[in-house]
Amino acid sequence: MKAATWVVFALAAGVLFYAASDLPRVGDVESPASVHVSPRYIAKSHDETGAPNFVTGVLADYRGYDTLGETTVIFTAGLACLLILGVRLGAEGGDE
Amino acid sequence: MRTPFGSAVLDAACRLLVPFVLIFAIYVVAHGHDSPGGGFQGGTILAAAVILIRLVHGQDAIWGLTRVGALRLACGGVAVFAGIGFLSLLFAGNYLDYGVLPLPLETVKVRFVGTLGIEVGVAMAVTGVLVLIFDALTAWGEEG
Repeated sequence: MKAATWVVFALAAGVLFYAASDLPRVGDVESPASVHVSPRYIAKSHDETGAPNFVTGVLADYRGYDTLGETTVIFTAGLACLLILGVRLGAEGGDE
Repeated sequence: MRTPFGSAVLDAACRLLVPFVLIFAIYVVAHGHDSPGGGFQGGTILAAAVILIRLVHGQDAIWGLTRVGALRLACGGVAVFAGIGFLSLLFAGNYLDYGVLPLPLETVKVRFVGTLGIEVGVAMAVTGVLVLIFDALTAWGEEG
C-alpha cells in the first residue's frame, strides 16, 4: 500500500514537472498574462480611474467586485470566530 | 479583557502612542491612492490602536469600541462598500461603476471619490472584525 502511494506521488510529480516546463519564463513580456489586460491597465488606468497608482486602480476600480468579495470574506471570518467561541455580545453591559 | 495588566509606564506610553497610531491609520487609508496602503492596511492599524488600549486598560478603557460597536462598524463597512455599488446601480450605471455618481466633478474625479469611499468601507470592516476577534479570544475563558 505504501509503495503504491509513492508510485502515485512520483507519477503526479512527473506530470507537474512536465507541465511546468511549458510555463512562460518569469517576466516574459510575450506571456499571456502580460499581453491581455496588463498593457491597458498600465497605459490607461490613470486616465480612466483617476488613481495615480495603478495598483489602486486595478484593486478598487477594475476589480472592485473582487475587493468586495475579499471584504465579505473577512467579515464572515469575524462572525465565524464569534459563533465558534460563543461570545455574548452584550457581556460588557455590567452583568458581572 | 476584564483585567488590565497596565502599569504607570504602559499607561503613559499608551497615551503617547495612540494618537500617532490613529493619525497614521487615517493617513494610510486616505493616501492609499498614491502610495502603498489602503483600506485593509489602514483598518489593521486602526484596530491595533483600539487593541492596544484594551490591553493596557482592560474593561475600564474609556476610549475605544464596545463589542457591539465593533460589530456595527464591521457591518457598516461592508454596507458602505456594497451600498456604493448599489448607488451606482441606482444612477443607471453598472454595479460598482462609480463614474455615474452625481457629484459636481468631472468623471475621473468622481471615480477617485468612489474609490476612496470603498476604501473607507473596507477600513471600517477590517477594524471592526479585528477588534471582534480580539474580544472573542480574550473573553473566551472569562464567561465560562
